[in-house]
Amino acid sequence: MTTSGWIIMSLSVCTVTVLFVWCIWRVLTLPGEEQHMHGFEFQTPDEKSDRDPN
Amino acid sequence: MSGRPTRENWSSRLGVILAVAGSAVGLGNFLRFPGQAAQYGGGAFMVAYVVSFLIIGLPIAWAEWALGRRAGQKGFNSCPGILFYITRHPAGKFIGVIGVIIPVVVYMYYVCIEAWCLGYAVNFLKGGTSQFEDPAKAGAFFGNFVGMGGDGSALKGFGMDIAWPFLIVVFILNFVLIYRGLSKGIELFCKYAMPALVVIALVVLVRVLTLGTPVPAHPENSVINGLGYMWNPQKTFLQDLGPDGKVKLDDKGHAVEQEVVDRATIAAAAPGALRQVTIWEQLQRRQLWLAAAGQIFFSLSVGFGVIITYASYLKRNDDVVLSGLAACSANEFCEVGLGGLITLPAGVAFLGVAGVAGQGTFGLGFNVLPVVFHSMPGGAVFGFLFFFLLFLAAVTSSLSMLQPGIAFLEESLGVGRKVSVTLLGLITLMGCGFVMNFSAGLKALDTIDFWIGTFLMYVLATIQIIIFSWILGVDKGLAEANRGAAFKIPGIFRFFMMYLTPIFLIVVFLSWLTFDVLGLGGGELSSQIKDLFVEWNPVSWMSVGLIAIVGTAFLILSHRSEAFKTLPAETTGDEPDPLP
Repeated sequence: MTTSGWIIMSLSVCTVTVLFVWCIWRVLTLPGEEQHMHGFEFQTPDEKSDRDPN
Repeated sequence: MSGRPTRENWSSRLGVILAVAGSAVGLGNFLRFPGQAAQYGGGAFMVAYVVSFLIIGLPIAWAEWALGRRAGQKGFNSCPGILFYITRHPAGKFIGVIGVIIPVVVYMYYVCIEAWCLGYAVNFLKGGTSQFEDPAKAGAFFGNFVGMGGDGSALKGFGMDIAWPFLIVVFILNFVLIYRGLSKGIELFCKYAMPALVVIALVVLVRVLTLGTPVPAHPENSVINGLGYMWNPQKTFLQDLGPDGKVKLDDKGHAVEQEVVDRATIAAAAPGALRQVTIWEQLQRRQLWLAAAGQIFFSLSVGFGVIITYASYLKRNDDVVLSGLAACSANEFCEVGLGGLITLPAGVAFLGVAGVAGQGTFGLGFNVLPVVFHSMPGGAVFGFLFFFLLFLAAVTSSLSMLQPGIAFLEESLGVGRKVSVTLLGLITLMGCGFVMNFSAGLKALDTIDFWIGTFLMYVLATIQIIIFSWILGVDKGLAEANRGAAFKIPGIFRFFMMYLTPIFLIVVFLSWLTFDVLGLGGGELSSQIKDLFVEWNPVSWMSVGLIAIVGTAFLILSHRSEAFKTLPAETTGDEPDPLP
């Protein structure tokens, strides 16, 4: 592997890793990033729409 | 106000990001990207790749997120409904059908590949991997497993060495998850599957990077040389010289040559036998730009009808800018940071550059890598982990292919999830059966992939960015995207979205069509065109017929549906969020 190969690989891998980590950190630290538990209620969409036409 | 509020929504921001990232991360990240990058010289490819990411990938992704969320507030979750609402023209509901045809038809063959991954994982798990002793045996196993030998052969017999039992398992798994709904099915699965996928990939990566030089008889076969083959910007080829000292040419007039990366071979080469291709020469090649743009395009799942559908379940002020970037970055991390370091270094370490060069996605994944895992210490475990990782990546992608169809059937027919899941299940089951049955040379799979997975995706992406920038209006579109955003889309993207992205897409598409499909200007006529119009291959025609039948049925549904007959008033920006 040549020196330029090492440089390109390091730059590429580091860039995508830093970008990914930064994005996830921003997402997790934004206010309002709480899980709305109603999404995990034991109910299929069919049952929900049967009861509530809206 | 609209009378059709959205009935489902995501449970969390991270959940939708992982779902979109899961849709994007697939086999292409681990198998297609490394092959493409190596073929065109790692450095040069990455330059074109980054440019394509900024000009095509990110702008279209953001546009899809914004368009989907905007129409979702009026209760439109399917691509025809979304484009009907955004364009405010009946043509939108017909153009939008492309965004349903693509995922539904791609699912028909993608789920078969998903079954291959599960099948290979199970074969490694049960141990005794003598079928992968060498590339010839591995190739024979793969051919039998997927039924390449003849039409109908993939459906004969039962056992671990045939794909159809695994297809039934993955088919049922997909539909159970999709029936459970957006948050309880897709989101819940992706929340566990995506982190698991990354952890498994890291474990396999550590194993690969610590292989060193595993075959003492071939010191040139090493992980370092594998990384060099993948990432070195300057390619070095060793050419065959004839007795006269001139380079030998094959029957097509091309030099007989082989790429080399190890310094010993380069140092020992005869004078005149080495040919160097620099990064600048690579960047002047049209094929390099086509390959990089295509890789970004397919890898991020833009123009697929998935992101726009997923985004339609967001709430009015949910962030889309950071979410879009986060989903793209997750895909890039898996592709460049993991896929770029695992596949080719492992292959070169055991089989050398000659063993991996020129292998396509399937060749690399199902012929080369099984031999590699069979040969390495603890190979059964790592082989299982790698193919299970591919399986997880495939499930998160195939789930995303079903949701646009479900949304379309529910909206256009006004039915609930039970009916829509049943209908879509029947449609895709017939399609899968078709692909599995016509397995000789994987002709049906290749034909559908070409016309849907390549041709129509370009078309839809181009239409979407034009709708965002020119029909909705780029300023209105950006204001829509920036509402509730964690940060604003940088101003330069206004120029990209208006001019650069559509022009780049159209140029790439026309160039591909001219040189690689129609074979004009020194290009080669595409095998798919040959199959249809030169050799009149019946399976190719039936595959195109299948696409036409599905497309026509969806167009009729879209035309007749009451849901797409009246347009709700446009969002002005002041309405309260209709969702709780």
